[in-house]
Amino acid sequence: MPSKKMLSALFLSTSLIAPLANADIKIGVVSSSTGPIALVGIPQKNTVALLPTSIGGEKVSYISLDDGSDPTATVKAFKKLIDEEHVDAIIGPSGSGNAMAVIQFAAESGTPMLAPVGTAAVVLPMTEQKKWVFKTTQNDDLIAAAIVEQMKASGVKTIGLIGTADPYGENWAKVMTNLTEKAGIQIVASEQFQRQDTSMTGQSLKIIMTNPDAVLIAAPGSSSVMPQTTLKDQGYGGTIYQTHGAALDAFLRLGGKAVEGTILAASSMLVLDEVPDSVSKEIATKYIADYKKLYGEVPATFGGNVYDAGLLLENAIPNALKSGKPGTAEFRSALRDTLEISKEVPSTQGVYNMTPADHSGFDERGRIMITVKDGKWALLK
Amino acid sequence: MNLQIATLLGQDGLTNGAIYALLALSILLVFTVTRILLIPLGEFVTFGALTMAAIQMGKLPQLEWLLLGLTCIDCSLDLYQQARSRFNRRKLQGVALKLGYAATLVILVHTLPLAELPMGAQILLTLALIVPLGPIMYRLFFQPLADAPSLVLLIVSIAVHVSMVGTGLLLFGPEGARTKPFSDSGFHLGSVMLKSQTLWVILVSIFLIVTLFIAFERTLYGKALRATAVNRMGARLLGISPVFAGKVTFALAAFIGSASGILIAPITTLYYDSGFIISLKGFVGAIIGGLVSYPLAAIGSVAVGMVEAFSMFWASGYKEIIVFTLIIPFLIWRSMTSHHVEDDE
Repeated sequence: MPSKKMLSALFLSTSLIAPLANADIKIGVVSSSTGPIALVGIPQKNTVALLPTSIGGEKVSYISLDDGSDPTATVKAFKKLIDEEHVDAIIGPSGSGNAMAVIQFAAESGTPMLAPVGTAAVVLPMTEQKKWVFKTTQNDDLIAAAIVEQMKASGVKTIGLIGTADPYGENWAKVMTNLTEKAGIQIVASEQFQRQDTSMTGQSLKIIMTNPDAVLIAAPGSSSVMPQTTLKDQGYGGTIYQTHGAALDAFLRLGGKAVEGTILAASSMLVLDEVPDSVSKEIATKYIADYKKLYGEVPATFGGNVYDAGLLLENAIPNALKSGKPGTAEFRSALRDTLEISKEVPSTQGVYNMTPADHSGFDERGRIMITVKDGKWALLK
Repeated sequence: MNLQIATLLGQDGLTNGAIYALLALSILLVFTVTRILLIPLGEFVTFGALTMAAIQMGKLPQLEWLLLGLTCIDCSLDLYQQARSRFNRRKLQGVALKLGYAATLVILVHTLPLAELPMGAQILLTLALIVPLGPIMYRLFFQPLADAPSLVLLIVSIAVHVSMVGTGLLLFGPEGARTKPFSDSGFHLGSVMLKSQTLWVILVSIFLIVTLFIAFERTLYGKALRATAVNRMGARLLGISPVFAGKVTFALAAFIGSASGILIAPITTLYYDSGFIISLKGFVGAIIGGLVSYPLAAIGSVAVGMVEAFSMFWASGYKEIIVFTLIIPFLIWRSMTSHHVEDDE
């Protein structure tokens, strides 16, 4: 595949340039631009071209690797970036499982890792190793809290859950169990499916039998569509909630009439025109415009997570430069310390406020309630 | 569990089972004739579905370039071989014909208003794009080592599968797709709503299976293929070309694969990498038939579909485990009842 060729050409050129430009800041990027989670990885890989090329007067070079959605390949890519390229920080990987596999290596080598992944498990509970990990996305429970709040407000008493049988779906089931209990909402059915399943009849029948007021579907990417169309086909009439995993234009295209009226909580990137002006809105508008100019299409929110990692670095690097030269352990450690105290850093999806205990740092400015109206995303009013 | 739910699940199982049966038959056919376990069969399913979806959206499917590229490699290989022996007028005509076909399709895809075509034409176009990939695939990857041990063929088959999945990602992107149903109508059977697409799947599957059966029993070409399957060397001695047999079976497999893809695309979301798991379930069906018996394979595949549908209802998290565990009792039963013949080739 051409991308492989390009990658090897990239290796070659960077290894040739490396001795000449030693003082450059080097950032590694690992994304899953092939394999099962390519949907997430491709916009992330594309976004690398939009990351800042110069920070605090220093040139920044990016080394972008593909892990094919395979955790073993992610580990290899991380080792290569750390041992051979001596990068100052790593952005990636795309998948939750992949990220869990490499935390140890980032921590051992003392390299800050900015993970654009969904699951909160990479930063919670905080441990000595996870100190080196920063998560650039909203935590599941932040999004879930908004959804549960909305359910409570609209009088939902019982819900059914359908989730993918992977870390994404499982984490959501866990988070929802906790939150609904507090809100007095009962989970009457909890079903699982595989992303590639060709039929969902069984799961949806089982949910309909319990007749819940609402159904929450927790699935990443376009796999979130099938449960919903099946439920609608079988005549389910209640409200259907989706997670931020469904916040893709493909969701609207594949779902058509069946996804009309869906409610989800996600970042404001989807409904930029409708949200009040803010710094985040400006940044997101610029990111989307730049991306569109380069690739001719609107980026999925997953790409924004990598862009935000660039913004966090841009904010932290000038301070870290005071403590050491790029390429040294002092610089990396100072970079980590500065990232940890990132205050009010605006990004495409919200505002970061990192603390030693919270390495995701989004608050309620990082998500809004969205619905589908006439085949388009719209702000839920 | 009441009757209504059982009917719905049964309908679902039957639909999937019909597709698995078609795939199981192609796997069997290819295996008996060429000794190749056709792992890339699932990719024909996804290519069919995704090409159809691209056409319906009015986008260029991009597959035409793959077809043209592979045809060019195929033709240059043909020409190279002929240059080494001597040029043969008929073979040159064949080369020209193949190139002309691919070029015509590229032009057609680029000039026709894809989204506005009637659905029948869209289906024909999709099939016309994908079916030739089968024989070309055989010609390029398998024909040069047709006499290699089965294991080598299996490894090549896996390699082709992996590269086709990658090609699929490149051509169609990571997002899933589904197509418009053949017709929107549904009808009631008692209290249960049946979708017309389900009926389409089952009817077309039965039609294809019956046609295949008749073709193999009644036509000369079908009998030639059967002869090759029974005894390759003997068939060759009687003047049946193994290359021809290989290409025909691959064309049939590509046809059945892409037709299955087109059939199920309206009822499910297919991704560039969905094909493997679908053809694997067809393979379980084929194993139940012991990789020799067509009727057993068909029945086995329907059973796989049924087990899948009902386990989806009772234990959704363990569905795949249950389906693939099915293979173990059958393997044990097979190994106890059939005595093993050493296949020294």
